[in-house]
Amino acid sequence: MTAEHIFFFIFGGVSLIGAISVISFRHPIYSALALIVTFFAQAGLFVLLGAHFVAAVQVIVYAGAIMVLFLFVIMLLNLGTLSLKGALSGKLKGVAILLGILLAIEGIYIAVTTLNNPNTAVASSEVAADTSYSIEEIGELLFKDYLLPFEVTSLILLAALIGVIVLVKRGNQQEN
Amino acid sequence: MNLLIDIVIPIVKILIIAHMLIIGVMVMIWSERRVSGWIQDRLGPNRVGPQGLLQPIADGIKFLFKEDLIPNHVDKPLYVLAPAMLLVPAMITVAVVPFGSSIQLFGETIILQIADINIGVLYILAITSLGVYGVVIGAWASNNKYSLLGGLRSSAQMISYELTLGLSIIGVLMLSESLSLRQIAITQGEGVWNCFIHLPAFLAFTTAMYAETNRLPFDLAEAEQELVAGYHTEYSSMKFAMFFMAEYMNMIVGSAVTVTLFLGGWHFFGLENMGGPLWSGLISFAIFFVKTAIFLFVFIWVRWTLPRFRYDQLMNFGWKFLLPVALTSIVVTGTLWIIADGSLLWIGIGNVIAAFIVISIVAGIFMVDNSKKTTVDNTVEVSLPGLDAIE
Amino acid sequence: MLSIEYYLILSALLFTIGVIGVLIRRNAIIIFMCIELMLNAANLAFVAISRSLGQVEGQLFVFFVMAVAAAEVAIGLAIIVSVFKHRETINVDEINSLKG
Repeated sequence: MTAEHIFFFIFGGVSLIGAISVISFRHPIYSALALIVTFFAQAGLFVLLGAHFVAAVQVIVYAGAIMVLFLFVIMLLNLGTLSLKGALSGKLKGVAILLGILLAIEGIYIAVTTLNNPNTAVASSEVAADTSYSIEEIGELLFKDYLLPFEVTSLILLAALIGVIVLVKRGNQQEN
Repeated sequence: MNLLIDIVIPIVKILIIAHMLIIGVMVMIWSERRVSGWIQDRLGPNRVGPQGLLQPIADGIKFLFKEDLIPNHVDKPLYVLAPAMLLVPAMITVAVVPFGSSIQLFGETIILQIADINIGVLYILAITSLGVYGVVIGAWASNNKYSLLGGLRSSAQMISYELTLGLSIIGVLMLSESLSLRQIAITQGEGVWNCFIHLPAFLAFTTAMYAETNRLPFDLAEAEQELVAGYHTEYSSMKFAMFFMAEYMNMIVGSAVTVTLFLGGWHFFGLENMGGPLWSGLISFAIFFVKTAIFLFVFIWVRWTLPRFRYDQLMNFGWKFLLPVALTSIVVTGTLWIIADGSLLWIGIGNVIAAFIVISIVAGIFMVDNSKKTTVDNTVEVSLPGLDAIE
Repeated sequence: MLSIEYYLILSALLFTIGVIGVLIRRNAIIIFMCIELMLNAANLAFVAISRSLGQVEGQLFVFFVMAVAAAEVAIGLAIIVSVFKHRETINVDEINSLKG
């Protein structure tokens, strides 16, 4: 039981509990807070994996920006009262959870067997020791080898920006 | 010996810094009231202790002994949690701020910083972006329309100004070639302070930081005349005090970060190298302290000088002026770094000229836009988010 | 050293929870959150495998995923807000006609 094990189980446990809370809390605000906790725990897992930069970006982008947007919309629409209206009936819910568990088993099976199969690329199932990537390495790769995907990402963001403006503008015009 | 170095010294550092923060908050509360009194040509609190210095302690005792009221209509768990959610980010940001060079004690070199992590700047951005949750959650949990409006305003404001906050640092990071705050401060000590090289970015960063701390020109989240007390309307006694402390703590930490990023950190033209290995460390700490204090004074000065923005003005200012300035600073710094072969003088001049051009263009577009509007009707439409949802 | 299977199993579990959430909840905002959860589970797998292979590429893909997620959230929330303005509900079962 090394320190890494302990931290993994703390962060992993917190992220699982947080994830389950997201789908079981009645009120969207509580779900959003549970999701923030999950994101934090995942940032911790990224640190354990030596991806410090990803961890910081995870907190900045997800916890700092995306979730604030969620909270903003939940508060703007004041959704408290209609959160549970029309929820699935018990039987359908059971089926959904059963299918989910099947999916989980499948996923775990694939993960474990692929790792243990010597023919596949992911042969080394041990996490390589002490490979913490510096920001310089990531930046170099991003701006040299992956420049095109990077630029395309900026186009996606631009398209999203324009899309949102058009959506909101049209809504306002209809009102007037 | 290793035990001492690895465990005791960090704990001592944390204790010292945490207490300095709390005492700093008390001093700030006192000085805010005294300075505001001085600016408005009145006295301010001067009865408790010499020059009223013990007034914050009296206030603290009052807060502690007041009834801890939890109104019936609030969402209890979140209502209780919210002040802590604001206070904790404010406190832990300081962990990566270098408040001096290093001192020699017991034959060991001790750096005057709690943790020198290699993504320090990102850590600060990440933690500051969490501060908004305390405000938003507190506002929502209060179940009060004025609080909710304050929370909505605050969340929109924070998202808008965080962008400027992050982007205006990029130029600094490019020239320092590091994300570690200590490294950035050292680079400035060897060369020029960043505020001279990145003057527009420095101003944009400072403005955005004022907005992030919810201080007066940007305190729409708690605008007294419009929203009673905004997001903390329903809070009283110690919980209110925690909101109050968080605001001042944010100010102190924000000033310390600005000093580190733009004003040379603990450097002051070679003064920090005077004396032996112990004294130079202490002097560097004193320099940092004085710089932060001066910056905090500017904070108070601005608060009692500028009136509050209107909501649409706030958004226009953030998105149409500050953000372009911050973006230009990145482009200009990067381009001139290549063209002028890393000449800091040219980067500094180029930054100012480019920012000037951008601001003029934006202001020109704005004026044309506004004159069109005013020919149609003279009323300014102010839309408050969430108003119709509440009704 | 911690085996990479742990991370992949955790990732699979988180993804599954996201799927279940999409299936059982009818609130559009919570469905959105579950999608974020699924994207995050994928990110975790990316970083874990990147570590085990000793390549940085996995971390880069996380950034792309985050950018796409941010775009998706912005658009999605805008759609939710305009749907809510129109119909006063964000229950996905009630939003079932193509023409408003």
